[in-house]
Amino acid sequence: MTKPTLAIWKFASCDGCQLSLLDLEDDLLDIADAIEIAHFPEATSARLDGPYTVSLVEGSITTPRDLERIRTIRDQSNVLVAIGACATAGGIQALKNLADVDEFIELVYATPSYIDSLATSTPISSHVDVDIELRGCPVDKYELFELVGALLAGRKPDLPTYPVCVECKARGVSCVMVAAGTPCLGPITQAGCGAICPAFDRGCYGCFGPAETVNAGSLADRWRELGVDDERLVRSLRTFNTGAPGFVEAAASVVE
Amino acid sequence: MHKTDRIRSLWVDELSRVEGEGALDLVLDGDEIVDLRFQIFESPRFFEALLLGRSHTETPDITARICGICPVAYQTSSINAMEQILAIEVDESIRDLRRLIYLAEWIESHALHIYLLHAPDFLGYPGAVAMAADFPDEVRDALRLKKVGNDLVALVGGREIHPVNPRIGGFFKAPSRAELASVTTELEWAIDAAVRTVSLVSTFPFPDLDLDYEFVALSAPNEYAIIDGRIRSSGGIDASVAEFNDLFVEEHVEWSNALHARVRDRGSYHVGPMARFNLSRDQLHPIALDAARHIETVVVNPFRSIVVRAVELVHACAASLDIIARYVPPDPPSIEGHIRAGEGHGASEAPRGLLYHRYCIDTDGVITDAQIVAPTSQNQLSIEEDLRRLIPTITELPDEEMQHRLEQAIRNYDPCISCAVHFLDLRVSRS
Repeated sequence: MTKPTLAIWKFASCDGCQLSLLDLEDDLLDIADAIEIAHFPEATSARLDGPYTVSLVEGSITTPRDLERIRTIRDQSNVLVAIGACATAGGIQALKNLADVDEFIELVYATPSYIDSLATSTPISSHVDVDIELRGCPVDKYELFELVGALLAGRKPDLPTYPVCVECKARGVSCVMVAAGTPCLGPITQAGCGAICPAFDRGCYGCFGPAETVNAGSLADRWRELGVDDERLVRSLRTFNTGAPGFVEAAASVVE
Repeated sequence: MHKTDRIRSLWVDELSRVEGEGALDLVLDGDEIVDLRFQIFESPRFFEALLLGRSHTETPDITARICGICPVAYQTSSINAMEQILAIEVDESIRDLRRLIYLAEWIESHALHIYLLHAPDFLGYPGAVAMAADFPDEVRDALRLKKVGNDLVALVGGREIHPVNPRIGGFFKAPSRAELASVTTELEWAIDAAVRTVSLVSTFPFPDLDLDYEFVALSAPNEYAIIDGRIRSSGGIDASVAEFNDLFVEEHVEWSNALHARVRDRGSYHVGPMARFNLSRDQLHPIALDAARHIETVVVNPFRSIVVRAVELVHACAASLDIIARYVPPDPPSIEGHIRAGEGHGASEAPRGLLYHRYCIDTDGVITDAQIVAPTSQNQLSIEEDLRRLIPTITELPDEEMQHRLEQAIRNYDPCISCAVHFLDLRVSRS
């Protein structure tokens, strides 16, 4: 029986999400045993031609060349998974989508440039069909392991869509917003990280993007009670998942 | 690669086992180099523009996202710059915790590069997974070493990649003594494993290539500099970090999405493990110094950078263990500063070399100017010069071997191409 093949692809990103695969130190050799790593330039110079059983795609689409590449990758992939905030929401670099483009060009055109760049940073799903999205900036390596394992077993991966608050309760962390008056995005942010920030006495800053349901009005009221101005709340929503629909709408509702 | 009578052109369209996307373009006429371009076509992400208008408090979290391999380096350099503006002086207990998470990042990054990215070059494998078939113990040790570093970053920082705990003024929460003590046994194992690593990589076959570099690294009075220091060089530089822009210039070349840096009015310079080792060897941990006893005191062959990286791996493990032994949780874990308008400079020694940040903030603490100079853009000119020196010695090799040797020479620098691409300029094409 031939092994299923796994390909890793990179667009505009920090490399952190694909590095999460190498950070599965205890399981890496077993994964490599179960699946043929067909394309993973960060880790190996060996390359196999497609089609690929599973493609993991990191990064956002920011150049004309990216547009062509992602279509080719889609054509060659049975299952295409977008991993991390860049691939699922355009990443922090999607902040440039909000800038007045003309002003931005003026700002940066002081010296001539040789760079080809699109005016926007967009998620993979804006350009091709995406089968599964794995959230996070970076993704959680155990969620990544669960995902790869589920795909190999032909089952649906078990990934939460509830908010970080549930993980705080599960971890036994007392609510930083209630107990310490620390502004926290946990109530509207999707779980998956394990509530790391509240466990370290700071508010969640939304790495995993919007939870399934986002009550932005209620969160904004609570932040205002804590003395946070709306400008800071909007900025918090416009960071690593600035292009995620739930956060886009939440930021827009606060601006209004 | 195509061959005509005289002209050979070689195009490596996707460099492997480096972080980020790069390529190499070489045209030879006989033995003469007609064109050589180490290209970085990683998509620009415009961090310096994205930072404008953000709060100074956000810099550690935002700049971490420049690089998934060395986020702690970005956090530390940005924190240093902001603390200079806010006039924050942290005490030794906070500095120790900063050293610890940074050394842990060195362990993770160096183990990754030595074993998973670079050793396969010397041993003739496409990658570590293939290497594991013949070197199972070494690859398992490599993964375990990497895990020790990652576990320690996560213990102090909350997670391995983009840790959440470091902040301007210190940390959100100090780990307890007991929490840190939990990695002691593994670190003791790691020191031995790292010493074995030095022995292993010392036996690799190294091409003869001794080069004349200007080495640049941070230097500190009482330690092998990592979290801060003064800028020193083998060419006589001894300056504060604030003088960075007086010492070095960055220029943009057509074929690369990264800036090339050079010493002002001189030429290329070299940052990273070899620079640190050559300038501060005597300050290595005694165990690392002992492991380095058979190594030349000044390493000038770039292929031998893997040996120096292994010595630094020993240092990072041993120095981490010392910090844990003397650790007292900082109380409070962070110090507040006073927001005021100003300019701040920060630097630290990322696993692959000097990382410089500069920011201006206004009276509200909002960022009005940002400059980030990553190690790989500082090394880019050196990388190209190495290739120019190397090529005439290997033109007799068949195409495939020549390509492999050139890729290996690039990997000597552990180039982090995602980091190198940080600058502001762009041309917008609208679809």
